[in-house]
This record gives sequence, C-alpha cells and structure tokens, in this order.
Amino acid sequence: MATRTMAKALNDGLRAAMERDPKVLVMGEDVGRLGGVFRITDGLQKDFGEQRVLDTPLSESGIIGAAVGLAVRGFRPVCEIQFDGFVFPGYDQIVSQLAKLRYRTQGRVPMPVVVRIPFGGGIGAVEHHSESPESLFAHVAGLKVVACSNAADAHAMIQQAILSDDPVIFFEPKRRYWEKGEVGDDLAAAPPLHSSRVVRPGSSITVATYGPMVTTCLDAATAAVDDGHDIEVIDLRTLSPLDLGPVADSVRRTGRLVVVSEAPGESSVSAEVAARVQQECFFSLEAPVLRVTGFDTPYPPSRLEDDFLPDLDRVLDAVDRSMAW
Amino acid sequence: MEEPQAWVPSDPRSRPSHDQVVAGLKGIDEGGPELVQLLTPEGERTTDHRFDAYSADVGAEELKALYRDMVLVRRADREGNALQRQGELGIWVPLLGQEAAQVGSGRALRSQDMAFPSYREHGVAWCRGIDPTELLGIFRGTDHGAWDSAATGFHPYTIVIGNQCLNATGYAMGQRFESKVGDPDTGEATICYFGDGATSQGDVHEGFVWAAAYDAPLVFFCQNNQWAISVPLSRQTRVPLYQRARGYGFPGVRVDGNDVLACLAVTRWALEECRTGNGPVLIEAFTYRMDSHTTSDDATRYRLADEVELWKLKDPIERVRVHLVRSLGVSQDFFDGVEAESEALAVRLREYCRAMPSPGPERMFSEVYAEPSPQVEAQREEYLAYHASFDGEA
Repeated sequence: MATRTMAKALNDGLRAAMERDPKVLVMGEDVGRLGGVFRITDGLQKDFGEQRVLDTPLSESGIIGAAVGLAVRGFRPVCEIQFDGFVFPGYDQIVSQLAKLRYRTQGRVPMPVVVRIPFGGGIGAVEHHSESPESLFAHVAGLKVVACSNAADAHAMIQQAILSDDPVIFFEPKRRYWEKGEVGDDLAAAPPLHSSRVVRPGSSITVATYGPMVTTCLDAATAAVDDGHDIEVIDLRTLSPLDLGPVADSVRRTGRLVVVSEAPGESSVSAEVAARVQQECFFSLEAPVLRVTGFDTPYPPSRLEDDFLPDLDRVLDAVDRSMAW
Repeated sequence: MEEPQAWVPSDPRSRPSHDQVVAGLKGIDEGGPELVQLLTPEGERTTDHRFDAYSADVGAEELKALYRDMVLVRRADREGNALQRQGELGIWVPLLGQEAAQVGSGRALRSQDMAFPSYREHGVAWCRGIDPTELLGIFRGTDHGAWDSAATGFHPYTIVIGNQCLNATGYAMGQRFESKVGDPDTGEATICYFGDGATSQGDVHEGFVWAAAYDAPLVFFCQNNQWAISVPLSRQTRVPLYQRARGYGFPGVRVDGNDVLACLAVTRWALEECRTGNGPVLIEAFTYRMDSHTTSDDATRYRLADEVELWKLKDPIERVRVHLVRSLGVSQDFFDGVEAESEALAVRLREYCRAMPSPGPERMFSEVYAEPSPQVEAQREEYLAYHASFDGEA
C-alpha cells in the first residue's frame, strides 16, 4: 500500500474511474489546465483531453444543468464546485432536476452524476469558502450525500460514487486534503459507499462524526485515554441515506453518544443522528445524546473560526458532561 | 397619435423613450418587419428568399397534414381544459393559439433529434408520437409524465422555468462529443422550448452562454406568447427577444408563430444549421396565448378583450383552412373528416381520463434511488403494512 495525501488519492480515484469508463467526464471551473484550485483534477485534462475534462464557463447552474443533460445522453459527469458557498447558484438544478428525474420518469432516466464539493472551514479563508451545507442536501429525497475523511476512503468512495446510478453529492474536507494515509488500489476490498464505520473502537462512550471532524475526534479519543475514557469513534461516511446500524450497536454497548460536526446544529445531520438514536436506543442510553457543532450563525470571519469550529477541547468537554450524567 | 420612431439598439447615441421601447417590442400585436411569414393571416402564401427552400416541398398534402395536426392538437387541448372544469384534472395548461409554433417546429424534427419541452408543449408531444392520453397523468395527478423520453425523443415536461435550457444544452454537448454533428441528413440536433418569461431566468442566459461556448447543436425555440402569467413582455425585456442571440454570438430569427409553414421552414433551417455544426440558433416564435396561463388563472384580470379579439384574426388554423380552400381547392369532405376525427379523439381522451386508475401507495416509494435506500424501504414496508391494516373495512 502506498501513502498518499487525500488530494492525490482523489486524483488517482478520478483517473481510475475515467480509465474504466469513457463516459465519465470531469467538469467545472478551472479543472482543466489549472487542475482545480485544490489540484484535485491535476493532469487529467492533459491525459484525457478537453472533451473529457471540461473547463466550463463560470456558471454553477450551468455545470449542474449541463451535467443533467449529459447524463440523459448517457454520460457520467463528475462536477466540481469550487467551494461550498458557491454551490447555491446550482442548487436549483440539483434539487429540481438532478434529484428528481429518476423518480419523475420511474427509473427510465437515471442520473449518474457526482457533484464534488470541497467543504468546511479551518483554512483561514474569506466568506463563502468555509461552509458546511451538507444537511441542505441530505434533506433532499433523490440525492445521496457522502463525506470522506481520509485518503483511503476518498480514493475508494469517489470511484464508488461515479459507479453509482444515483446522483451523489460528494463532500471533501478541504482542510484534510494534505493529510496522508495508506491507500489501497483494490476497490473490491473497500467498504460499501453507503456505510458508516467504527474507525476507533472504544468501550466507554460513542462519538459519531464525519468529514473534517473525524481527525479531530480521533485526536480527542487519544487525549481522553489520560482521563480514563475509552472513546469509540464512528465515521458516518454517508450522510444520506444514513447507516445508523454501527452507531446504534455502539450506543447499545456504551450507553452514551456525542455527535460532532462543523455544521450548525439546528435541523442538521447531527440532529438526525441524535433523533434516530433516541428512538432506537432509548433504553440503552445512560445520558442524553449531546451534540458538538458549529453555532447557528453564518460562518464567522476567519479570525473567529477557531471559536466556531468544534475542537478537541469542546469534544472532550462534551464527553466529560456525558460521562458525568 | 403619432407612431413613435423605431429605436435602433445598435446606435449608441440613440436613447429610447419608453414608447420607443414598447414600439421596439412591437407591442403585442405585430412582429415588426423582421417577422418571417410564409402564409398571411388572410391565407395568402408569400415568399421569403431565406426560407423558401425549406418549405418548397410543402404541397397540398403536406399542408393538409399540418392542418390536421393543428386541429387535433387544439381539440385535445380544449378537451383537457374541459376535463379540468369537470373536476377530472387538477389543472390544465392550455396551448390554444400556439398550435402553429408547436406543430411547425415539431414537424421539422427528425427521429434522431431530441426535444426538451417546458410544460405547454402538447403539440410538440403530438409530433413526437406521444398520444395525448399520455399527457393526462401529470394533470390528473397519477404520474409525473409517463412517456418514454429516450424512445420518443421528447424529454419529460419541466416545470421550473428555464431549467430545461441547461439540460438541453448538456444533451446537445453530448451529441457533439459523440461526433453526431456534421452531416445535414444524419446529423443530430436538439431543440429546447421555453417562453418569453423564461428569458428573464439565469438558466436561459447560462444556456445561451454554454451552447455558444461548446458550439452545441441546439435550437432555442422561444414561444413568445406575450404574457408570463399576468406579466407582459415589456417587463421581461427592452429589446425584441430574437435580437438577444447576437449578444451571445449566434443567429436569432423572429418567425410568425401563428404561421405553421414559416415555423416549419425556419425550424428546419435552424436544425440544419445545428446538424451541420453551425449551431446554436435562437428562434423567437411571435405568437399569443389565447387562453389563460393555466386553468387556475383568470386572464380577464390583466388583459383586454380587444387584444384577444385582435389575435383571433391571426388564428393559426383558420389561415391554413382558407389557403386550402381558396388556393388549393380542398373540398369540404376533408374538413369534415378532420372534424370527425377530432371529435373521436376528444371522446377517447375523455373516456381514458375517467378510467385512469389511481396509483397504489407503493408507487410513492418506487424508483427514488437506483440502489435502494434503507430509510425509504423501511418507510415503504411500514406504510404498506399500515395501509393493509385497513383492508376489509368499509
């Protein structure tokens, strides 16, 4: 197994998907010559040409709307939205057409489109460059929503998303792009796209999270050992449909759950996890389900993002509160 | 009152008055000197050197076929309207007055072409071989469009205004990527239908930008029916819509949308441009919506009866009938035959509509995803069991 950054793992995954199927297209702003502002598509246009890697007009509704039409034609477009906060001009096409064409046509028109969105904060960026809009997509029937958290998953999940006949909104934690991990090339050995996974076993409390917060929670678990807490960390990986099984199994053993995400908590993925766990594991719970999330504010100026974003200490504080119940 | 002088948009010194702007749009009753017309409202066949070649093969038999199409489409439309009034349909979207724009452009299409409609294109659906009964489910609430869009070359209706312009652009890009463009006979093209109101949507603008950037074989077919529900054309634009194409770098043509022959010829030309690789093209079919926007709307609240009366004189079907009788000597038998056929179609539609079964609740959960979602599957099982628990109750 080779060690790669998440960015390189995504790049390799895209390349493998494009080699596997000539109908796979990569499209977005600056994805060609520049290789994307994060270089995720680096070198692809050079090797696959301008008709497979499209430097599109600056137009998010255009990217998604044209991808819908290309999918009707039999292509499998992989769209890149440059930053999370820029997806909204394309949101209409995602919600109105991409999510619904299969249902509207009773399966006659599948929509094998992937929309890649670098998301989340922690990079000191200006407004609209650090948002976590995943709950807005998870709420939309017809879409599948996933978030990778490490290089190995990124490599496998992007290929699985492209192979899927459903539209997949694919969130990439941009502040983790340069973290390295071991990446295998055997796609068949990878866990299914729509599954959550225990990434650190533990016995005293369950922490469920996804995307950029997985690393934070793993760090918290390491630190908590000194306090005598053995944290089990679950990476949700797929936000819609949610694979609650491993979370529920874990809570039945530990009796305690903390849900962690960067996104504001109200009406969110974290709220969904909390609601479902209390519904399914009510008699196993020793403490109320706690959440550690971004605040219900717009994303603040970046000098305040350390206050906005859940960090190791806020996770540990919630763990302490749960354990003390 | 003196007629305002026409404003020349290309002259930077020229500043239009409000009257000139409205005159530039030609109000709502005439298309201006650029209007392509091959059959006058009085039923006289005229010539247009640019488009004569694209209608030269249209003789008496072809005109009779176009007439029949329009009569049947109108009859199906009126029956849809009546079925709504009788409570059989939740809503109907009338096409009355737009038969020539839809049949003319629809009959210009070939089997290899793809059409992306809005939601009023019942006449185009007819031309793509979709039986009017297949349109009813949307308006009765039994489905979201039951036809096979790949087999018919007719995409599902799109209700969000302007979305389809980008979807059509992507499809046409695909035709080009697959090298289906270049041959005037076998080349493929796409046509996208939208209204005057849609031209104010970002997606239509973006569609124009993308289609131009990728040389997409795409005909943008705008049916300017003068009203976006209750809002007039002057609220959407300061220049005639066909002139916008120039700003995007492709040709725009304004055609008499009530002239089926001109719509056929201009669309054939535009599709040929696309087939051979010269697309995209914008066609503005200058027409009028004779009925309300939908059956939920009351057009008498926002427009004058005089305006509607004026457009009755330009009726798309009547001018063909006059031409067939006066210039081509077509006998009454033909018209009686079409009339009888249209009544039979109406009866068939009515009977079909009333017999349409409601879908069972399992339909709600089907084909949401290609790979089933555990959540949706669980909800299906739970709800169907709950539903079944009422079996046997009165």
